[in-house]
Amino acid sequence: MSVLIFIDQSEGHIKKASYEALSYGAKIAEMSGTAAEAVILGNSDSDLAALGQYGVSKIHQVRNDHLNHFDAQVYIQALEQVVSRTGADIIIFSNNVDGKAIAPGLSAQLKAGLVTGAVDLPDTSNGFVVKKTVFSGKAFAHVRINSAIKIITLNPNAYPVLEKEGRAEVVTEDIQLLPGKVTVKSVNKVKGEVPLTEADIVVSGGRGLKGPENWGIVEDLAKALGAATACSRPVADADWRPHHEHVGQTGIAIAPNLYIAIGISGAIQHLAGVNRSKVIVVINKDPEAPFFKAADYGIVGDAFEVVPKITEAVKKLKG
Amino acid sequence: MKILVCVSKTPDTTAKIAFTDNNTKFDTNGIQWIINPYDEWYALVKAIELKEADPSVVIHLVTVGTADADPVIRKALALGGDEAIRINADSQDSFYVASQIASVAKGGGYDLVFTGKETIDYNGASIGGMLSELLGFPYISMATKFEWTANKATITREIEGGEEVCEIESPFVISCQKGMAEQRIPNMRGIMAARTKPLKVVEPVALEPLTQIVGFELPPAKAGVKLIPADQPEELVRLLREEAKAF
Ligand SMILES: Cc1cc2nc3c(=O)[nH]c(=O)nc-3n(C[C@H](O)[C@H](O)[C@H](O)COP(=O)(O)OP(=O)(O)OC[C@H]3O[C@@H](n4cnc5c(N)ncnc54)[C@H](O)[C@@H]3O)c2cc1C
Repeated sequence: MSVLIFIDQSEGHIKKASYEALSYGAKIAEMSGTAAEAVILGNSDSDLAALGQYGVSKIHQVRNDHLNHFDAQVYIQALEQVVSRTGADIIIFSNNVDGKAIAPGLSAQLKAGLVTGAVDLPDTSNGFVVKKTVFSGKAFAHVRINSAIKIITLNPNAYPVLEKEGRAEVVTEDIQLLPGKVTVKSVNKVKGEVPLTEADIVVSGGRGLKGPENWGIVEDLAKALGAATACSRPVADADWRPHHEHVGQTGIAIAPNLYIAIGISGAIQHLAGVNRSKVIVVINKDPEAPFFKAADYGIVGDAFEVVPKITEAVKKLKG
Repeated sequence: MKILVCVSKTPDTTAKIAFTDNNTKFDTNGIQWIINPYDEWYALVKAIELKEADPSVVIHLVTVGTADADPVIRKALALGGDEAIRINADSQDSFYVASQIASVAKGGGYDLVFTGKETIDYNGASIGGMLSELLGFPYISMATKFEWTANKATITREIEGGEEVCEIESPFVISCQKGMAEQRIPNMRGIMAARTKPLKVVEPVALEPLTQIVGFELPPAKAGVKLIPADQPEELVRLLREEAKAF
């Protein structure tokens, strides 16, 4: 019995979502009196032993040329072998692009019950029950996993990163893999940008901003706050902003610390993707905009006048 | 070429979410059902585009559901597709659903299996990935573009922190999201044609789900909005920092 956490790395770089997953997995191990170990596939420039500070005692690194680009089938092969070597019975992923691509396949292979999008630690008072978001954030479900091996994918920004003292033992796993069938032609990574799902603060704009040429005020505020930018669906549909900024029921679901909605009416499909944000600020010139009902703070006013003043105030406060 | 498109019914996006039986069951009272938007807008329409480019393409739709899913399947058939298969069972969990679809897909001779990236009700995002392992097919998740030339697909897909272009030969499973295709509205001819398209009902294989929903919960209601006068933006910023500790 042990907990195995999948460390997600993008070109050797380990991201916040993985620190959250490590902290979450270590806590589950502590609760169930077992060890927390981690697995990383491919080469890494990071100091892996230092990941011990998130509570894992051992890190299994699988090096194999077939792991150099992402292919779910190959990754699953590798993970299956690590799971059988370690005897892990609880496996944790981040609920991000990679996690969503691998965890379901691994679950089918191992006949391991899967809960995706977990937002809290499992409740083990009556079986093993995991809380997850459903209806795109409009509700939560408590799901009991009945199988011996259990897999959880943890939502970003749902569990804090917990650091303590300690270094992990790094072991290299020698594993034979069949090559994958996906040939990667080109990779285009957005450098230096925080992925929307991991951002602490998100500044979002809607149709009230009238056109893409007016996005400067959104970007300036985002910059002052160190925030990521997002938008409503019609804004992405009209190509004012890139599709990957579209949040909501049919876009990305986010749960930042602070969500600032500018010129967005607050339609139910929009709210579904953002209502788990801890603090919501709405700036809208219409006092009847439905978004105010879901907000913590609001300003009824013209975005073009209000937002630049907020940006100034933030800059002044931050010094 | 034979394409299998997985479709699911979901509550309409404006549906009021409520629960019954001591918060253990979704309250379907008054719910309008739609085709899961990712299945409809992206997976199904992409398959239809491939058939428009090559009329020899055969499209089958598959869903796991009881008879109350039929109107939604007819709606999907009105957009396109040659026939539908309904596996006559309540969808119990992702593994159950994927295994049922796999049992139909095996031996069906499908070259491509399309799914939406997730359903907007249970947000599992799991069927495609599970299906690929159950069928032994490679899996391309979160595709945003798809071109098909002689047995080979060139696909753009989302990866962590960006996108990549890859090539792959059939057979494979692909999950689709925004960018793959443009949403369509069924026309009268499609709606008429859908009435006579075959809708086969098959019985499920015996199988235990691996997970089970034991309860639901609604998020706590917001305490109410604190409005700040438009001429006092500094006050908002101060509250965000000092009261909400939001930055
Ligand atoms: C199946 C389905 C799925 C959907 N999925 C999503 C989704 O995932 N995400 C999503 O966002 N939407 C989604 N929608 C669309 C959703 O219903 C709304 O149409 C959309 O969210 C509205 O976007 P908006 O708020 O930017 O625009 P609008 O509704 O047009 O609102 C603009 C707002 O800006 C305000 N405004 C105008 N001028 C100013 C100004 N100068 N200063 C301040 N405020 C101003 C107005 O008062 C208004 O409230 C979906 C719809 C359907 C049917």
